[in-house]
Amino acid sequence: MRKKKLVLIGNGMAGIHTIEEIIKQAPGQFDITVFGKEPYPNYNRIQLSKVLQGDTEIEDITLNNWEWYEENNITLYAGEAVTSINTKDQVLETDKHRELPYDHLILATGSNPFMLPLPGVEKEGVTAFRDIKDCEEMIAASSKYQKAAVIGGGLLGLEAARGLLNLGMEVDVIHIADYLMERQLDKTAGMMLQKELEEQGMNFLLEKQTASITGKDRARGLLFKDGEKIKADLVVMAVGIKPNIALAKESGIPVNRGILVNDHMKTEIKNVYAVGECAEHKGMVYGLVAPLYQQGQELAKHICGIDSEGYQGSVLATQLKVSGVDVFSTGKINEDSTTKSYKVFDEWRGIYQKVLIDDGKISGAVLFGDTKDGNRLLSLINKGAGIEEYLDGKQSKVTGSGPISEMPSDEIICGCNGVSKGTIIEAIQSQDLKTVEQVKGCTSASRSCGGCSSLVSDILEHTLGDEYHHNQQESICSCTPHTRDEVIEEIKHKGLTHTKEVMNVLGWKSEEGCSKCKPALNYYLGMLNPTEYQDEKESRFVNERLHANIQKDGTYSVVPRMYGGVTNAEELRKVANIADKCQVKLIKVTGGQRLDLLGVKKEDLPNIWSELDMPSGSAYAKGLRTVKTCVGADFCRFGTQDSIGLGVKMEKKFEGLNTPHKVKMSVSACPRNCAEGSVKDVGVVGLDGEFEIYVGGNGGTHMRKAELLAKVKTEQEVMETTAAFLQHYRENASYLERTSAWVERVGIEHVKEVLSDKNTFINLVQRMDEALSIVQEPWKEALEDGRLLRDLYQNVKVPTKSK
Amino acid sequence: MQQLTNKVFVAKASELPDKLGKTVQFRGMELAIFKLAGGKVKAIENRCPHKGGVLAEGMVSGEHVFCPMHDWKINISDGKVQAPDHGCVQTYQVEVEDDNIFVMLPDGQ
Ligand code: SRM
Ligand SMILES: Cc1cc2nc3c(=O)[nH]c(=O)nc-3n(C[C@H](O)[C@H](O)[C@H](O)COP(=O)(O)OP(=O)(O)OC[C@H]3O[C@@H](n4cnc5c(N)ncnc54)[C@H](O)[C@@H]3O)c2cc1C
Ligand code: SF4
Ligand code: FES
Repeated sequence: MRKKKLVLIGNGMAGIHTIEEIIKQAPGQFDITVFGKEPYPNYNRIQLSKVLQGDTEIEDITLNNWEWYEENNITLYAGEAVTSINTKDQVLETDKHRELPYDHLILATGSNPFMLPLPGVEKEGVTAFRDIKDCEEMIAASSKYQKAAVIGGGLLGLEAARGLLNLGMEVDVIHIADYLMERQLDKTAGMMLQKELEEQGMNFLLEKQTASITGKDRARGLLFKDGEKIKADLVVMAVGIKPNIALAKESGIPVNRGILVNDHMKTEIKNVYAVGECAEHKGMVYGLVAPLYQQGQELAKHICGIDSEGYQGSVLATQLKVSGVDVFSTGKINEDSTTKSYKVFDEWRGIYQKVLIDDGKISGAVLFGDTKDGNRLLSLINKGAGIEEYLDGKQSKVTGSGPISEMPSDEIICGCNGVSKGTIIEAIQSQDLKTVEQVKGCTSASRSCGGCSSLVSDILEHTLGDEYHHNQQESICSCTPHTRDEVIEEIKHKGLTHTKEVMNVLGWKSEEGCSKCKPALNYYLGMLNPTEYQDEKESRFVNERLHANIQKDGTYSVVPRMYGGVTNAEELRKVANIADKCQVKLIKVTGGQRLDLLGVKKEDLPNIWSELDMPSGSAYAKGLRTVKTCVGADFCRFGTQDSIGLGVKMEKKFEGLNTPHKVKMSVSACPRNCAEGSVKDVGVVGLDGEFEIYVGGNGGTHMRKAELLAKVKTEQEVMETTAAFLQHYRENASYLERTSAWVERVGIEHVKEVLSDKNTFINLVQRMDEALSIVQEPWKEALEDGRLLRDLYQNVKVPTKSK
Repeated sequence: MQQLTNKVFVAKASELPDKLGKTVQFRGMELAIFKLAGGKVKAIENRCPHKGGVLAEGMVSGEHVFCPMHDWKINISDGKVQAPDHGCVQTYQVEVEDDNIFVMLPDGQ
């Protein structure tokens, strides 16, 4: 028998969730095709907020990767939109002129952002906040412009505004109502939220109506109805969404605000269904994934012929995804004449909780500052529970015993995916799960907005006890299920000596690994066996293979060492002469107190190095970069120590070392810390008669303030403590983990404890010396090895006349 | 139209580094040739379809090269960019006679 053709229009969260459920209920029963206007596989739209806030990357929010479609025999046409449906003959057509017949058709076309029809809305720099493209546009704008305006003080607008703040912009939020999130919060909570966000740096213009967007081609500002003006080079419109029903309407499928569906998500047209934000059920259109996923489950049952009572509507709950602010609301928000309320208002700690009661039953809640009870309140509302049940629960919590054991087994943990505590525990026990990632994979809990992942972690801990480690490691890359620790253990245990061997012996899925695991293994092998391991050029990223940073046009940069940021007239003359002679495109003073010669052709690198006759600054290395210094005691009126001298010594000692990620150091000669020790991997601060050593700082993508590791008396002790610290880091961090991330993960107290053991300390220092004993000056090494020069630095030029 | 090709000598196999790429310049065009783990030699256009990265400097893994600019993964044999990215690069036929490597290149105008 021919398989029934099932076609999905809309490759988004609701549609694909429905397909996942169908595959679960009736594997292999349908011949499935999916059309999606966006050129990506299904991704987690909710997490766009986190992408914008810099907590995750676009690459990491994919929910179903390309392989998933392949493995499940689903034909995906990404970047292709359906343009018409002939419901009589059951055929559809796309913008690429493809025609496809169907037996069942699901419309899951989502919503379009609502753009206020203001004069100037078509200008460059005006965007919605709905998809990856919008996100990319905002990120790009933030690198060029300073001022942003967000129109709309609801959930989406505030998340956008927080993201733009994180991207370094100044943000005005324009809102038409007199307080924020007025559809989810009451006035008290709305005002508390505003205060909190103002402290985070947002600026609010309330009860304001925009009249037009000013500027020539690009937006330059907003003009309001009251005549006031503000500047803005980026305008984000977040005033709401409207169901995307154009296709349905044109194809004669009955619509109102959304596409009309019954309890089984059937439209009024035979074999056509609708699910998600585009669907209207009993007069309601939903814009959150929890109800949409419930709809998807009901639709899947129906299509697979499983009896069920169908979709019965949902009680909504919302949570704001802005770090440092906890807001939750569900059900009814404002009191009316028949409502009673239970309120807690702790102005001092910034906590406000209001539970609304109609006829003795809980009908809604608004929580601010402490939202732990959110999901519980939602389940209670869904159960039709009375207020007593909530208050009794609260009582027993005060008297002790952990919240997880208190929770009834049917309590929903993941609101988005409707996963209960019982289901999670069942999965942990029956499938031997150990990590949040695994629970996510098996049960979908925390797979959407991620808000419940800490609860999932608590449940793991509650279920597994001591067996559970919070900081479970991920595998090295998708070529292997093994974690870093497992791989290192195996290398030691089996005495493995090169990357290929590790991959073979440990059963890598790909024969020669990938750009993630190759350099990682190369590092681990070298770290474990410094004197014998043969570094593999082919496992090094180009910069580290060629000892120069590749530029966007394929040329390279040359950064020689200037120890401690100190140079002299002779060196500068040499640099100047070479720059002239080799027509270097640009000389730049770097952020690391030295000079960078940019735009050098690969073939010219050896020439420049040999004429410079200076050591490589390793500005490309996963190793020691610079040791920044301040002027120090010899010149500065506040200086207490010879910061330059110590900095130069440190740079000379640790240069050329291989580390999991780059290492930057600094030495300052007083607490004014002009060499910026608080954002260095190792920052030394000289005081009168002693030195403070700070570690784990970072001034890059994820700012982190360094923490005090030790106070010591002598330069000798500074050198040794640094050596012990770095060696411990080399031996324990994952490849590409900066000291900042590593110290954060293991805790400074742990590092201190390790180094406090005399024997351990001495051994670490010794192993550091061993690692340093094999260091060679890389430019010199290349210059002296004809084969290296030919293999790495010369291109083949085929003479034109050749036959 | 029939495309005329030239059989062009580019290098000796023994003089190419293992598991690495090499840039070959010929009449204003650039190829990346790779000597793979088993000694097989492949030739592709030396320009990543993303933003023009120099593929000869990419990390080679089996039949794939990872572009040094933004890590796109490209199949060296058929030139296809691997998911989630899209596109392809031109591949060129390679013939090895003894130690000599020839690439079949389009005839210049
Ligand atoms: C040259 C320099 C910019 C400048 O002109 O000042 C620079 C240039 C690059 N930085 Fe940087 N960084 C430079 C100082 C910094 C600093 C400031 C500092 O060191 O005082 C930081 C922040 C401090 C920090 O690292 O904690 C910095 C944080 C980064 C990061 C983010 C690291 C992080 O952990 O978040 C990267 C990306 C990476 O390493 O993965 C990066 C990566 C890069 C790369 C290597 C990007 C790449 O892979 O191609 C850039 C090479 C550009 C080129 O085409 O040559 N650069 N970079 C600076 C070189 C200093 C030196 O003398 O060696
Ligand atoms: C920044 C942001 C934050 C959010 N935060 C939360 C949150 O914290 N919690 C929560 O529950 N929800 C949140 N949401 C809402 C949630 O993401 C949506 O409710 C959900 O994604 C809707 O799913 P859907 O499948 O109905 O629509 P979509 O995910 O929009 O999918 C519809 C897809 O159909 C495609 N399409 C449309 N027309 C066609 C056509 N003719 N042919 C082919 N393809 C077509 C569209 O391009 C789109 O990719 C957030 C949304 C955003 C934008
Ligand atoms: S030099 Fe650093 S900050 Fe500047 S563009 Fe390159 S990586 Fe980014
Ligand atoms: S240029 Fe090749 S990945 Fe971007």
